Amino acid sequence: MHLKNHKGLILLLFLLVIPLKIDSNYLYSTLVVIAIYSIVVQGLGILMGYAGQVSFGHAAFFGLGGYTAAILTTRFNWPTLIALLAAAILPGILAAIIGRQTLKLRELYLALATLGFGILVHIIFNEGGELTGGPSGMSGIPNLTIGTISFDNDQKFYLLVWFMLLLILIGIYNLVHSRTGRALCSIRESEYAAENAGVDCARLKLQAFTFSALLAGLAGGLYAFYVSFISPSPFSFHTSVQFVLMVVIGGLGTFWGPLLGAVVVVSLNELLREIVPLLIPGAGGEYQIIIYGIILVGLMIFQPKGLSSIGRYFRLPLKKELKPEG
Amino acid sequence: MLLELSGISKHFGGIVAVKDIGFGVKEGSILALIGPNGAGKTTLFNIITGALPPEAGSVTINGREIVGLKPFEIASAGITRTFQNLQLFGSMTVLENVMAGAYLRSKKGFVRSFLSFPGTCREEKKIREESLILLEEIGLAETAGLPATQLPFGKQRLLEIARALASKPALVLLDEPAAGLNPSETEALTDYLKKLKTKGTAMILIEHDMQTVMEAADRIVVLNFGQMIAEGTPAEIQAHPEVIKAYLGEDEKIA
Repeated sequence: MHLKNHKGLILLLFLLVIPLKIDSNYLYSTLVVIAIYSIVVQGLGILMGYAGQVSFGHAAFFGLGGYTAAILTTRFNWPTLIALLAAAILPGILAAIIGRQTLKLRELYLALATLGFGILVHIIFNEGGELTGGPSGMSGIPNLTIGTISFDNDQKFYLLVWFMLLLILIGIYNLVHSRTGRALCSIRESEYAAENAGVDCARLKLQAFTFSALLAGLAGGLYAFYVSFISPSPFSFHTSVQFVLMVVIGGLGTFWGPLLGAVVVVSLNELLREIVPLLIPGAGGEYQIIIYGIILVGLMIFQPKGLSSIGRYFRLPLKKELKPEG
Repeated sequence: MLLELSGISKHFGGIVAVKDIGFGVKEGSILALIGPNGAGKTTLFNIITGALPPEAGSVTINGREIVGLKPFEIASAGITRTFQNLQLFGSMTVLENVMAGAYLRSKKGFVRSFLSFPGTCREEKKIREESLILLEEIGLAETAGLPATQLPFGKQRLLEIARALASKPALVLLDEPAAGLNPSETEALTDYLKKLKTKGTAMILIEHDMQTVMEAADRIVVLNFGQMIAEGTPAEIQAHPEVIKAYLGEDEKIA
């Protein structure tokens, strides 16, 4: 288990070198989007897959990060790196405040509360007037600059976000294999038993929620600097659903699930946009959505535990797993 | 006394669950809690572990009042339990269940867990080793890598006990540990509990299997309709007229 994940991380590192040889802006921008979404979904994966708490409001934290970075750099001329830090911290603080109350709710009620929060924040982006630029958003966000390096092209940004994602993956790997990771799982499995093992469930859930908001905010900040323009539409309820979808498709409570989910959902969107018009001449966007839906439903029927459990099929013939007798 | 209950009362609506209960548990001793179904035994466990607030009374461990503390605080005060309807961490392995039970044996919080490699952590190694030893002792070592739900029912009960012991508590509350075990498993369990006692762990045992109770318990408390009707050594309880009445309904000696 441990060795396998280490191998995976090293393999990922090699895969990331390949695009540098291809040098296509389209490929870079797709990979940047995958990495940014993946950062959000890493945190959400801890919250949903490990701690077992659903959130349908993470597009709000993602958006808050984006708007924080945009407002601080364009309206207040903050240095970009500090604005990026603020983009992570502010949603984190907000999550710590609202989580104290909302996390007392369970399952569907928690889903509804976070959904409401997401819609509320989206309305604030739209109606923020001068501060948020309203529905038309705000442009002119400067390039992210760290030290003397300005991340002014797709290739540089690609390297930055995947490097950050890699660091986060290592952290998540540490987390899920630690005492805290086990405690999170135990909350998901039985809160009664977790409490009786000495786990402060309320506090740990709040930490997981705050952590996931922090990562969503960081990703939002990166998004703002990458696109250099921000408007309310990418942070709607639809995006929250996409995030949840990525976690579930990838596999709840698995290390590789969130990354796999982000890769599959983003690639599927892109592929369908290319392929559907070729297969059905004159097909509009609706066809894409229908086929997208069919594929996702199919995945959930045939791989209800998520895509990361597919690995099993490839591994089995290679080496026999020794299973102790029950 | 390690644990002392006094004047514990609780009712649900118009029904008295427990009324004015008071007894103590000595360090390294086994107290059995017996009585017909609905006598209030599990309610008492829920009160001691903080899952239910009592309406009156006090519970102290080593002289420290624990009524009003949250369940996780009571766990860190040294009291853990098993559940009558099992509450295993089903999708985790047997070993992970025990390691999760050892939560209080290490300190690393969320941020430090995120920042440090698990392989380099001494705490983690220690807990893994201790958990494996515990599984060995209780007879689950060969199943360490299996998901907990794949164990047969009797072994799941043993796993619950192992998990409750993993934090090295001063007192363990066992809610019908022998239910669903076959006679030889029950005997092995009784031996294990007695061995555990000699190592200094105190236990409160809810159990319907009288052979186990009489053999393992140092003292017995009998509940009936939420009231404490008797307390004493196994020999005293077997001869107690109130107990005989509660169990048999009439004035006859137990054979």
